[in-house]
Amino acid sequence: MIDITADRFLNFFRLDERFPHILCPGCGIGTIMGTMVRAFIDLGISQDELCVISGIGCSSRVPGYLDCDTFHTLHGRALPAATGVKLAKPELKVVVIGGDGDIMAIGGNHFIHTARRNLDITVIVVNNFTYGMTGGQYSPTTPTHEKASTAPFGNVERSFDVCFIAKAAGAMFVARSTTFHVAHLKKMIELALNKKGFSVVEVISQCPTFYGRYQGIGDAVKMLEWLKSRSVDVSRVADPWQVRDKFVIGVLHDQEEVPPYTELYQSVRERAKE
Amino acid sequence: MRQLLSGNEACAIGALRAGVRFFAGYPITPSTEIAEYLARELPKVGGTFIQMEDEIGSICCMNGATAAGLKAMTATSGPGFSLMQEGIGYSVMAELPCIIVNVMRGGPATGTPTRTSQADVMQARYGTHGDHPIVALCPWSVRECFDLTVEAVNISERLRVPVIVLMDEIVGHMREVVELPEEVKLWQPAKPKPPREDYYHYDDTNNYDAPIASFGEGYRIHLTGLTHRKDGFPTDEPEIIKWNLDRLRAKIEDNRSWLWDLDYQDLGAETVIVCYGSAARSAMEAKHQVELKTGRRIGILRLRMLWPFPSQRLIGLLRSARRVIVPEMNQGQLYREVERTVNLNVPVVSVQRYDGEMLTPEEIIAAI
Repeated sequence: MIDITADRFLNFFRLDERFPHILCPGCGIGTIMGTMVRAFIDLGISQDELCVISGIGCSSRVPGYLDCDTFHTLHGRALPAATGVKLAKPELKVVVIGGDGDIMAIGGNHFIHTARRNLDITVIVVNNFTYGMTGGQYSPTTPTHEKASTAPFGNVERSFDVCFIAKAAGAMFVARSTTFHVAHLKKMIELALNKKGFSVVEVISQCPTFYGRYQGIGDAVKMLEWLKSRSVDVSRVADPWQVRDKFVIGVLHDQEEVPPYTELYQSVRERAKE
Repeated sequence: MRQLLSGNEACAIGALRAGVRFFAGYPITPSTEIAEYLARELPKVGGTFIQMEDEIGSICCMNGATAAGLKAMTATSGPGFSLMQEGIGYSVMAELPCIIVNVMRGGPATGTPTRTSQADVMQARYGTHGDHPIVALCPWSVRECFDLTVEAVNISERLRVPVIVLMDEIVGHMREVVELPEEVKLWQPAKPKPPREDYYHYDDTNNYDAPIASFGEGYRIHLTGLTHRKDGFPTDEPEIIKWNLDRLRAKIEDNRSWLWDLDYQDLGAETVIVCYGSAARSAMEAKHQVELKTGRRIGILRLRMLWPFPSQRLIGLLRSARRVIVPEMNQGQLYREVERTVNLNVPVVSVQRYDGEMLTPEEIIAAI
């Protein structure tokens, strides 16, 4: 492993004027942001060839803190915006970060279609089971019966499995980790960044301000303990898609690469010129 | 080379000649020929066509391509244009130049997909939320579909604004023999010079045409739909919110002198028809018929640019008019703007047709 000096790490952030950040004390997004940056540095991804794109929400504020090309788009629309960037400049490394509400609810249709098209993009879905920025409403990943500011009597909806949808829609690589398993998380992000084609890392993250409080789990430390006790490695389960009440972490889907959209479209250009 | 083209095809050709190299769209009648033409022609010139999952995805994808440095456009009709409104607001706020063609059909809702209308005049102006001006051009012929698309690209590049090309279904589907120029005059935006520490993405010190960087050029820019400072980073400081909104308004208002572009004739006449799009074709025919039969002169003032609305210029041009007629295929959208902003102290007559059929010369003659 390459040694990351404090300088290289800190140089990746817009420290001069963008901090302090707006995230709540104990939020998991800072852990994810730092882990992402360590992965970028270890993989040798330069700040000038990287474009980090987001929609709207707590985790969508991450790009603003990173010193590279960054694109804070509309709610749910990070993936179509990323599609435009990648098609215009295929040489850029394009990374999308967003929350469970942003990517799976308002952006759900874009998520499945970007996976289907196999754009060479890595998506980090920060799943804290709630809409944090608007005050703890239920999201498409909030488990049934759980409470939220808009589900005071318990959520009646069934929840999405982000990884299952990603795999079904055609993602090349799908992995899950948590903000407790930081080294594991970094490994998953690195594998996703190295995979050509559409890759997804779901990160289960703590929101002590809303989700932890509504479910009575407690503060950030209690939530991290909760993440630890609820997680099980994919190697320890028979079928990762059939496990209830646990977060199955690890690489859940890693298929043989097929040419991404940009390569296929290049062949369209060649055929069109004939 | 003389060729028989539809307005939609001429618009697509204009986009290609003006250097558009990216199209993201979703099929919708009566605009689809634009997408079909560009799907065939863009890859031949190294460009990119993508058919997105919906119109919201289309405009956001186009904004992404623009942010990464390509000239980009999309084409749609009323319902799709409604879906794009938030994204148009993003283009305005982040100052991303792009072209949105709206080949108008009737509404509201699904309305009349295969019939004509000019009922999106106000949607083009006020469709997205927040205070901001917009630029909208309105061709009346196949040749003008070409010319105004080229002009739309130039305006959008120069002022870093989305420009809307408003065609009605008649203009989009009409076929005419035209001869299109191979070369067109293009605006060349300035590129920033290093070092990046000296670069501000929103620098208003230079007639609003300051150099602009794109993703992947080493300037590490930040684009956001939030109210931002001149370096692009969000803020909610009152004076900067105001600076931001003033800048968006001023860069269009301060450039009205070259944005104004009206076609007109016979402005000494007592009766003047203010018109646009295919309704202007009927108005021209009505003028000829009335002049032939009665010898009375009828003025025509045809707007090629609907927004920003040229109120001051119209006041000057219509000074000697005793009667103003505004024919259009809606319930009086531009008529109200003429009456409200020109305030001529003479009767302004609205001629309306909104049954999906073309406004005929006879209907305009009846109002004359």
